[in-house]
Amino acid sequence: MSPRLANHHSAATLYDAIIDLIPAGAKVLDLGCGDGELLRRLMEDRGVTGMGVEIDTDAIVRCVEAGVDVIQSDLDRGIAEFADDSYDVVVLNMTLQVTRRSDLVLREAMRVGRKAIVTIPNFGYWRLRQQLVFWGRMPVSRSLPYPWYETPNIRVLTIKDFRRLARKLNGVIEREIYLRAGQPCNIVWPNFLAPEALFVIRREA
Amino acid sequence: MSGNAQSEQFEADFTPGSGSVGIVTPQDLLCAQPPNRLKLSCGKELGPITVRYETVGTLSPKKDNAILVIHALTGDAHVAGRHAPEDRKTGWWDIIVGPGKPLDTDRYFIICSNCLGGCMGTTGPASTNPSTGKPYALEFPVVTVEDMVAVQRMVVDHLGIDRLLAVIGGSLAGMQALAWPILYPQRVANAIVVAAAARLSPQAIAWNAIGRNAILSDPNWRNGDYYGQALPATGLAIARMIGHITYLSEVKMRQKFGRELRNGDAFKYDFISEFEVESYLDYQASRFVERFDANSYLYLTKAMDYFDLAAQYGSVRDAVARAAARFLVFSFTTDWLFPSWQSREMVNAMISTGRQVTYANLPTDHGHDAFLLDFPELHRIIRGFLSEAYRREVKA
Repeated sequence: MSPRLANHHSAATLYDAIIDLIPAGAKVLDLGCGDGELLRRLMEDRGVTGMGVEIDTDAIVRCVEAGVDVIQSDLDRGIAEFADDSYDVVVLNMTLQVTRRSDLVLREAMRVGRKAIVTIPNFGYWRLRQQLVFWGRMPVSRSLPYPWYETPNIRVLTIKDFRRLARKLNGVIEREIYLRAGQPCNIVWPNFLAPEALFVIRREA
Repeated sequence: MSGNAQSEQFEADFTPGSGSVGIVTPQDLLCAQPPNRLKLSCGKELGPITVRYETVGTLSPKKDNAILVIHALTGDAHVAGRHAPEDRKTGWWDIIVGPGKPLDTDRYFIICSNCLGGCMGTTGPASTNPSTGKPYALEFPVVTVEDMVAVQRMVVDHLGIDRLLAVIGGSLAGMQALAWPILYPQRVANAIVVAAAARLSPQAIAWNAIGRNAILSDPNWRNGDYYGQALPATGLAIARMIGHITYLSEVKMRQKFGRELRNGDAFKYDFISEFEVESYLDYQASRFVERFDANSYLYLTKAMDYFDLAAQYGSVRDAVARAAARFLVFSFTTDWLFPSWQSREMVNAMISTGRQVTYANLPTDHGHDAFLLDFPELHRIIRGFLSEAYRREVKA
């Protein structure tokens, strides 16, 4: 299994949190959709019309076998073919940090979707900081299980970094949800204490 | 569409009694009879037209499980199984059509017809012109991809099928599979377009032009009027050699032949075929001229050249906007005859017009011909896409 696909197993823990935020019958575009499981569940449970974009051939095969429409494409080449506001929701589930130009990908997600749901691993999480500060090693954790030389997570960001990028792109963060192993939690000081975060974001009107 | 690799592959994969549709009998449909002749894109009328076709599987009582398989440039209606038990070779896409295979004949009713202008049973330049009693030769009107599709529709009409579950084809047949839901939006629910384009690229037109020039400059061609005489075999052979180069990739050719010499390892310092790749081309060409009509090659490659959805409808976007079908589009990373960007062009048009579409740009060394080979990812995606199509259209 490619690291990229394996990454989607940590993404899988976030499905419930994402599904809760998507209205029934919505039109959903999942960028970096992996094996299509989130879209399949959204189609079955929420009656959404879905489409995925994915780069990995094995994942494409599994999407089609799950009955999910998918485009094999590299997000770093852009998604210009998708019209403005053509989707109710665009999902970036653990995708942003594996792209080269994460800023352009987030901007495109906000252009194509009336809303975007973005999940990120928070590299500001205290256990990760601890590994770097005390042991002098690049962090490895349950949600970030790769050594530095083979990680698909080529962009390293914190919750604060995401908020700052959102501001720069004229994005409005409507909701922030902090998670531990996919479970939403009430966390004070999230940039230090939350391993993962979910944002509902739209571009400023 | 081609070759050695293809037939070897078929033979390797074919085990009698498992996954085979068994014995298939070709059928002929006489249609477009005067005065209801077929009005062609060029403005002329053609009729009567004989269409050779084969079917495998069973048409459901509601006639909602039919899949039209379209053959590529030099193929025929014999898509799967054998005509007789002693046949050495199976149909050209037996690897994918049969019980339990992606085009599962236990579930789907498969139709394949020989295309208009061909020479494998459907009316073409070698057929008898009813007004002269002689072969049409160049009296045969120039036909287009749209004309080929119109003739396929006559077969579908004849079988009493209102709506095809799917059409599927690769290369020139991919163009036809793409044209189907644009020409007849209500008649097809799903279209699988493999290694094709919304318009042929200038490079591919150039290859076709060289092939046609080889035929046209063969002294035996005699302005197309060679039937019953010596055939323009040399010209057709050269055309086929060019075709084969374009169906393979550079990397596959390197892997397959290298610089190996056919006999020994010393150069002979003459101009007889020496390299393995030369003898491969010789072999493919000599087999091809036995079965294919040179005039048909002219007509079919011209139909490919003319295909241009953008010119016809204003843009590729305007063309695909007419379709209501769900699309599955494939390209292959090493295909230099129909490069990935051409599939991407049609996929982008489908996305921007809100069509339902799946696109896979599959990694392979095999180039354009990959769709005819044992290709697990291709087959799994086709199987999965059709299962979903069946779930939506038939079970619903």
